[in-house]
Amino acid sequence: MFQAIKILIRKELTLELRRKSVISGIGLYLLSLIFICYLTFSLRQASISQATWSALFWLTILFSVINSVAKGFIGEKRGLSIYYYSVAPAEAIILSKIIYNALLCLILSLVGYFLFHLFIHNPVQDQPLFVLTLVLTSVGFSSSLGLISAISSKAGNSNILVAVLSFPVVISILLMAIKVTKNVLDGLERSASYDELLNLLAINCISTALAYLLFPYIWRS
Amino acid sequence: MKTWLKILAIGLLFYLHIGGMLFDVPRLNIVNETVRATYFHVPMWFGMCFLFSLSLYNAILYLRKPLAEYDVRAEAFAHVGLAFGILGILTGMIWANYTWGSPWHGDPKQNGAAIACLVYLAYFVLRGSVENHEQKARLSAVYNIFAFAAMVPLIFIIPRMTSSMHPGSGGNPGFNMYDLDSRMRLVLYPATAGWFIVGYWIASLRIKIKTIEEKLLDLEHETSR
Repeated sequence: MFQAIKILIRKELTLELRRKSVISGIGLYLLSLIFICYLTFSLRQASISQATWSALFWLTILFSVINSVAKGFIGEKRGLSIYYYSVAPAEAIILSKIIYNALLCLILSLVGYFLFHLFIHNPVQDQPLFVLTLVLTSVGFSSSLGLISAISSKAGNSNILVAVLSFPVVISILLMAIKVTKNVLDGLERSASYDELLNLLAINCISTALAYLLFPYIWRS
Repeated sequence: MKTWLKILAIGLLFYLHIGGMLFDVPRLNIVNETVRATYFHVPMWFGMCFLFSLSLYNAILYLRKPLAEYDVRAEAFAHVGLAFGILGILTGMIWANYTWGSPWHGDPKQNGAAIACLVYLAYFVLRGSVENHEQKARLSAVYNIFAFAAMVPLIFIIPRMTSSMHPGSGGNPGFNMYDLDSRMRLVLYPATAGWFIVGYWIASLRIKIKTIEEKLLDLEHETSR
């Protein structure tokens, strides 16, 4: 099982590195989103309010994550999935997807954070806590979007379905993340955000467990 | 459904409407007589949770043993549960209009409830977009479980953590306000039971209609052959 997960993650990584166009596409998407924010607000030094900063940041992250992660199962060909089914257990496939996508999300959000720091200013006062929030949300996004992209890839007209099915589920993660972001921007003490972080962790555990339990049923068809 | 249950439900709802309008209620500031909305607003949410749990139960049963019957039941319960949820939002909006000053107040519980309804609407979108019957049943059963897991934090956990004017949130204990007066419980609990039975009744009628429709389709197939 662990062996299979390790091999599957390595496979995803080599495939991703081999098709450089996908990675550079996502990077360009992120960059242009942030650049558009920069241009439309015609920002000089710290001229946008903290609420606007957090809204812009999370919107940018959400859109780039949905564009990259939700494609997880949709891009795969039919024959390929039958081949995976014959060589690996379904649990290993979903877990490897979740781990790989969580890494991808984390890299995306860190790069996004850096670009925000570069173009727009960086009002975050507690860097480690904010990065921890990014880690938790990345895992949450990848586990909930993983299952949903698997559902919609089986359901046919996938692109609309991913958006419709995923937004309601992702909202509870985003709400928590935005609350922590607000605390971090206001420079509150760390103990003020413990509840939200614990909640995020709980949501992650629930959605990963659900994906692990339910994925085999989707896969079987 | 047993006939005595139906008669009981009708009796309970008559009792709710007469008792809810006429019985004595505690005098509270601002809320005043609108406290009677409790009898109509709160049972809707209890009923919604009850019906969604039944839907979840049938979805799990379907995944364990794929019979079309379970799928029909899961859909019917989710349908009626969604109707209860929408009624709950509407009654809440009427109540909020008189006590908070505006129908939509951006209260965390209101927002959570609205998002929970969106989740279940997405469930029906998913059902509508899959052609194959078996595929539809399995995918929607999986999403049903996911939707229930998404609903619980939205309605029960997040509102309790944030400041909110809604009783049962922001540290306010759920029924403390009503605990003061046991007279209200005399109406609230029977009302909840009555709505449970009515919800189950409507769902069972939907299930019956669906099964008959499918039987008719089968018969048409056979005669056309």
